[in-house]
Amino acid sequence: MKRTWKEKLIEKSLKWTATLSIVIVICIFIFIFKEAVPFAKKPGLGELFRIRWAPVSPLRESFGILPLVTGSVLVTALAMLLTIPFGVGSAVYISEVAAPWEREILKPFIEMLAGIPSVVIGFFGLMVLVPLVKSCFGLATGLTAFSGGLLLALMAIPTVTSISEDALRSVPRSYKEASLALGASRIRTIWRVTVPAALSGITAAVMLGAGRVIGETMAVMMVTGNAAVITFWPFESVRTMTATVAAEMGEVAFGSDHYRALFCIGIILLAAAFGLNVAAQKVLGRYRMGK
Amino acid sequence: MKTDKNQKSRGSDMALIVTVCLIIMFAGIAGGAAEKKMVTVKGSDTMVHLVSHWAEWFMKQRPDVEAAVTGGGSGTGIAALINGTTEICASSREMKDKEKQQAKAKGVEVKEIVVARDGIAVVVNPQNPVSELDMEQLGGIFTGSLTKWNQVGGVSDKEILVFSRESSSGTYVFFQEHVLKNKDYAVKAKLMPATSAIIEAVASDADSIGYVGLGYAQAAKDKVRVIGVKADANLPAVMPSEETVISGKYPIARPLYLYVSIAAREDVTAFAGFCLSKDGQEIVRQEGYVTVK
Repeated sequence: MKRTWKEKLIEKSLKWTATLSIVIVICIFIFIFKEAVPFAKKPGLGELFRIRWAPVSPLRESFGILPLVTGSVLVTALAMLLTIPFGVGSAVYISEVAAPWEREILKPFIEMLAGIPSVVIGFFGLMVLVPLVKSCFGLATGLTAFSGGLLLALMAIPTVTSISEDALRSVPRSYKEASLALGASRIRTIWRVTVPAALSGITAAVMLGAGRVIGETMAVMMVTGNAAVITFWPFESVRTMTATVAAEMGEVAFGSDHYRALFCIGIILLAAAFGLNVAAQKVLGRYRMGK
Repeated sequence: MKTDKNQKSRGSDMALIVTVCLIIMFAGIAGGAAEKKMVTVKGSDTMVHLVSHWAEWFMKQRPDVEAAVTGGGSGTGIAALINGTTEICASSREMKDKEKQQAKAKGVEVKEIVVARDGIAVVVNPQNPVSELDMEQLGGIFTGSLTKWNQVGGVSDKEILVFSRESSSGTYVFFQEHVLKNKDYAVKAKLMPATSAIIEAVASDADSIGYVGLGYAQAAKDKVRVIGVKADANLPAVMPSEETVISGKYPIARPLYLYVSIAAREDVTAFAGFCLSKDGQEIVRQEGYVTVK
C-alpha cells in the first residue's frame, strides 16, 4: 500500500517536471501577447507597415518593422545559402565516405562548434571575420549582412550536419546495396539513392537550422552594422528583428508605444521560429513514418 | 476502462497547469511594497541611467529610504517638481525663468545643483585628414544631407560611414538634440550596441565617423582620432577635454542638474548630497560623464 503511494508520488513529480516546459511556453505566449496587444489600439497595427524604423525621434516616432523583417530575411537566407552545401556536404562525407576513425574525430568536433556561446562567435566575427570580409571584397566596412550570414552559417552548420547525418545513416542498407549491385558507382549511389531517400530528414535539418538562425541575436548584433535599411544587397548593413529587441529593450520606457512595438516584433519572431519548428517536426515525422 | 481514466486525469492535469500559469501571472500584480520613506526623482531621460545608479547605491547606504526614478523628459520633471508630485527633478537643461516664476507662485523655492557634466567627442579614423568640423557640418553628416568627405574639407570622394549609438542610449538623444537639432538620424547610420564597438569600427574603416563619451575617447586615443568642433564656422575649433567641457567652450557639452525644493525633507537632501559625494561622483565617472569636482 505504502509502496504504491510512493510510486504515485514519483510518477506525479516526474510528470510535472516534464510538463513544466509546456507551462513555461504557455506563460511566455500569454505574456508577450498581453504586452503587445495594446499596440493595436494605439497607434494601430498599420504603424508597423511603415518603411522606417525610428523609435526615438523628436519629430515623429515611426515603428515600421519592414526594414527589420527584410534584414532578418536577408541574413537568414544568406546563412542558409552557406549552410546547406557545407552542412549537407559534411553530413554526406561523415556518414557515407569517411573511415570510422575519421568519423570518430569529425563528429564530436562539428558538434562542439554548436556549443560555443554565440557572444564568443560574435566577438570572433567582429575581430576576425569583419576585417576579412572588408578586405576580401574591397568594401568600405565589413559590418554587413554578409558577415552576419557567414557567422550564422557557422552556428547552423553543426545542427544541420548532425541531423542530416542521422537521416543519411538510417537509409536502409538494402537501397545502397541494390544500387551498387546494379553497377552504379559509389558517388552515383550517394547522390541518386542515399541522399534522395534521406531528403525529408535533410529538409527538416535545414529547417531546424533556419529556426536557430532567425532567432540568433548576439552575434548578429555585433557584426551587421544595425542600420535599418530596406535592402537585398548582401554587402549593405542591415538591422535584424532580434538585434532590435535586444538593443532597445533595456532602456525603453515601460508601457510606451516603443515598448509595445518591440513585443510585436517578439510575436513575429516567435511565430517564425514556431512555424519552422512545427514544419520541421512534420517533415521529420513523415520521414520516420515512411521508413 | 483504464485508459479512459488515464485520459481523464491527463485532462484535469492540463487544467491545473493552466491555472498555475494564471496564478503566476497575477501574483506579480498583487505583490505590495513595505512602508518606507519614498524619494521620487523624475525628469531627463538622458539622466535616467545615471540617476538609477545613484539611487541603487543610495538605497544601499540608507536602507530606510526607497528611491524611485522615472524619466519623461526634463520639462515633465520640472513641471512635476512645481506641482509637488516629485521630490527631485533631474534635468539636462537649466530651468527657464518662466518656470521659476511658476514655482514661486506655487510657494516652491527651488535649489539648483549641478551634479555632472556631459561631453561628447567626435572621432574619425586616424588616416582621415579632416581634423575639425563645425556644428552645421556635423549635423549634415549625421542626418545624411552631407554624404561625402570632400564636402566637409576632406580629400576622399568616398561615402561617409556614419556610426551612432543605439537609440536606447542617452548619448544618442543628446547628440540628436544638440548636433542634429532634433532631426532624425540618417537611415544609413549604423547603430552600434556599445561605445567600444564604435571605437573598433572607426579604427578599422577609413571613411567612418562616430561619437563617444569623453571618457572613452581619451582612453582610445591611439586607435581613433578625436576631432575639434567649431560652435560656428567662424569660430576656432575646440578639442574636447575636461577643462573645455567645464568652461563651456566645447560646444557638444552641457551641465546636468538636479532641482530640489529648499524646504525638502532630510532624506531628499541626503540623496542630492550623495550625488555630489565622492561615491556619487565616482558613479558619474563610471557612467562616462565629467565630474563636477
